Amino acid sequence: RDFNERCAQCSEVNWGLTDGGRFYCRSCHNVTERTREVVNTEFISNTRVQRISKGSRKQEKNDEGCEWYVCEGFQLILKKQAEALEALGVCSQMKDEILCNFWRHYLQKSKQAYCNRPAGETVKALSVCDSSTDVDSDPERPSLLHLLSVSESEGDLQTDCSFASSTTKISESTSVCSGSVDGSLYLLKNQKEKLRMTMPMTLSFCYMALLWLREPMTLSDLLRFVVEGHIPYLNVFQHFPEKMKLCGLDLKIFCVESWPAYEEVYNKMLELAAFLDLPRFPDITDSCFLHPDMLCMKYLMEANLPDELHNWTCRVVKKTCIGEVDFLTLVPGNKPTRKVKYDVLAVAVIVVVLKLLFLLDDHYEWLLSDFAEERNKNNKEGGPYFEFKKWYKVIKCSLDVEQKKLDEERAKCLWRCEKPLFYSAKKKSKVLKRRQMVVNLQNQFGKLSGSVRPAEKPNPSSFQLSWSEENTDGSCFHGHSLKGILQEKCGLLRAMNPDYWLGTVKLCNEKVCGHLAHYREVDFPQSYHFILRLFSFLLRIQPSYIHDEVCVIEHKLFNKKLCKKPKYNIGLRK
Amino acid sequence: SSHKHKLNFKRSKEVCLSYIQDAMLQKQWKRAAEFLTFYTETLEKDFSAEYMGPSEMIWRIGTEILCHHSHSSMKEFNSFIEQMKTLGVKRYLKVCLEHAFHLLCNGLIDEAYQNLSLAESWRFGEQTVIQDKEMKLIQAYRGLLDYYSWSKQKNILLEHGQDGFEDLSVEQEMHSCFRKAAVNLREIIKIPGVWDLFVKCYVDLLEFYGDHNEARQVLNEYAYNSKFPANPNAHVYLYQFLKRHGESKKTLVSALKILHDIVPSHELMIDFNTMLQKSKKRKKRRLGLEVIFAALDYAGWKENVKAWNCLARQMKQIVISEKHLDWIKQEWNSRKDWWPAFHFSRYLAKKNWQENESLSYEKALVAGILLGKDCKYFKYVSHRGCKAQVKRFRILKKFVNKHNPVYLRVSD
Repeated sequence: RDFNERCAQCSEVNWGLTDGGRFYCRSCHNVTERTREVVNTEFISNTRVQRISKGSRKQEKNDEGCEWYVCEGFQLILKKQAEALEALGVCSQMKDEILCNFWRHYLQKSKQAYCNRPAGETVKALSVCDSSTDVDSDPERPSLLHLLSVSESEGDLQTDCSFASSTTKISESTSVCSGSVDGSLYLLKNQKEKLRMTMPMTLSFCYMALLWLREPMTLSDLLRFVVEGHIPYLNVFQHFPEKMKLCGLDLKIFCVESWPAYEEVYNKMLELAAFLDLPRFPDITDSCFLHPDMLCMKYLMEANLPDELHNWTCRVVKKTCIGEVDFLTLVPGNKPTRKVKYDVLAVAVIVVVLKLLFLLDDHYEWLLSDFAEERNKNNKEGGPYFEFKKWYKVIKCSLDVEQKKLDEERAKCLWRCEKPLFYSAKKKSKVLKRRQMVVNLQNQFGKLSGSVRPAEKPNPSSFQLSWSEENTDGSCFHGHSLKGILQEKCGLLRAMNPDYWLGTVKLCNEKVCGHLAHYREVDFPQSYHFILRLFSFLLRIQPSYIHDEVCVIEHKLFNKKLCKKPKYNIGLRK
Repeated sequence: SSHKHKLNFKRSKEVCLSYIQDAMLQKQWKRAAEFLTFYTETLEKDFSAEYMGPSEMIWRIGTEILCHHSHSSMKEFNSFIEQMKTLGVKRYLKVCLEHAFHLLCNGLIDEAYQNLSLAESWRFGEQTVIQDKEMKLIQAYRGLLDYYSWSKQKNILLEHGQDGFEDLSVEQEMHSCFRKAAVNLREIIKIPGVWDLFVKCYVDLLEFYGDHNEARQVLNEYAYNSKFPANPNAHVYLYQFLKRHGESKKTLVSALKILHDIVPSHELMIDFNTMLQKSKKRKKRRLGLEVIFAALDYAGWKENVKAWNCLARQMKQIVISEKHLDWIKQEWNSRKDWWPAFHFSRYLAKKNWQENESLSYEKALVAGILLGKDCKYFKYVSHRGCKAQVKRFRILKKFVNKHNPVYLRVSD
């Protein structure tokens, strides 16, 4: 049972239910007035969570704040995010059905919606052990200071010790250490089993819903939209209603100081799917956007590569069987199988194809390019042959410009917002004064900046780089032909390049070091690094992740050769 | 793991700061201001996991930008600084002091004075004790400004002469400024340091009011107290004071001795040598030679006629007396390898002759003695000089020819 209060008579926590639905203490048979409320399975979206209340909702005497639970806050956030996704074109099913069902399911599973913890007594629960077995022993109660010093992701010690001194004794009302009712509990409990909700996890929820609906938005797209501000994440608590006051530990929960990383969101999503005991997700077939054949097309276009390469990517996909439905579809909890990152996979396929055709050893691709250039001179009919050199120049130029812009944007990121936040009421005036000063300084130096800062965010777009065939300067390579680097053999067009080098001879164990292969820029050819850099920019992930995926595909592709002759040297270069 | 690539608050601000620094180094003030706008957030540290200590940086960066940006005004600067003052109590006096400097550099003396006075009256528990040094500086600079007022009033009085009762108030004010200035200036120069400006002003005040003893004591302390950092100016001030008050040669010489040790190329070396040359003591004369040779080791003296004249005179005197040629030999020993190329090349002979006849005359004399009558320099100059029928060159030629053997003794 979920009732955790100590018995008034014998101070034990050992409850049973009478026939009348009342709780009685098994040790001393003391019957309480508490009744177990019928669990309400009706879940109306956006309403406050149902719970037992001792009386009506308490109103704070000052500031007209009200009591609210952390999960209510997250619910609001998810709602906002879903609305934003809808505005981006995602179908409305997402918000009203899928996401909200997932959320409801989560609340049920993590027992945040239906627990019998009465309002106002969360404090007492601090001293009670969570597990139902060991009731008598008083577990180590971590002090509030310890609580505060553990930050969510990095475990850095907080240096602002003045906070600790400003919190008063625990025995007072709950609003002391957090605006929310259960803020302190949230951080206190070791909630491994229960999968405590965090800000990055909201994005995991979103992605999970998107994946369920097979929407044409990859995780890298989603995260990019978050950073660009199209999906609320940073300072989203600004939109909480006035009555929901944030202070103290709430800040640790809702205020983010970093952009979520791809891996983090992705892994959490998998954890979440397993936690919720979700069944097999809807099939990813070859007509889905997330299928490698489709995604490869998208990325080929964005990378300004010839459309003809698509044939090759499809061939690789087929050969390695990564286009199979069973491979692509997510089955939560199925531990052994490696889960698919669709965007990274597609990009890796393209890299493999480029390696197949151009070798990318800082030597061959340039030779090939010169060769194609020669052939181009005699090529009068049809489209021009693709020349690696020309493509490289165009892309490098654009990439450098875009990368520079991105770096500057990152430096200009504003993390704070209008809504002032403070740990405790004592600090409020200081915080407000400081905020005012910062705003003044921003105005003063903003005027001296000269340029007018564009206030609007860039229009959300699935493509970051676009190339048009109407450009007469020849900077668009989509229509270029690969004939320049292919040769006819037995009626088939084959790559001129006979060699291939593997990114790694043996795949590493992900669990041991987090990576399947180890990528260091200096160990690999410049051209290869350039390609990785390009896709790293598009996906906003580290090159090493793409490299990992490339190695996996290579090993699948050359599996027979690798198994047959383990010493067969396929021209591994460093 | 991916932590170091994770884009978080701290990393984002570090990158921002590097953009500011780059822009400042390239004097792109608009760009620096732009990025500073985004950096100011770091002041709100309430829930940041790590304290970055940005307020000093923002103060310094902001000051630089506002100093150099074409569109910024004094008013803006003042308002910015006032905000900076509230940022950190540990830095309060420092900010006040630099603010005052800035105002002075822009000619706003009254405002600077007000600022300093205000800062002087600041009290903040134990911080006042910790920031004692800055407080002393603030008082010293205020004293300096008092001196400046005193000086102005003194000049007014001197202009008007003795007449007029309206001068009485000016005189009274003048005295009050003196008192205020003296108190503060005296305090600061007690502390070991480099206080050239304060010392000068203080001594000036003391001299005006006739307290020569105190002045002398102050200057002696400043120059000879080993706790104070070695400061050539201290010796210069002392020397000038002693000279003003007609002290004996002996005293003057001893005042300049340390200066010679610290700065052999100082311009006062000429005075020093002149005094030493004339001394009856052999040791002093020897020192004189050493001093003038040392001075001429420096490129800045190459074309100084007076210096060459001193050297020439002394060398001539030695040669004629035929005593102490070994002095010349000693001095020349370490210089014979490089002085010829440094001072006595043919190119220089031509140049000196064309530009400055007196210079070439003096140098030729020296060259003739040290390098003999056949050396390039002497030959060229004396030849030209005689050709131009300038009397002294003929005398010079005769002299060098007569004493040619000296060169042989000197240069072996």
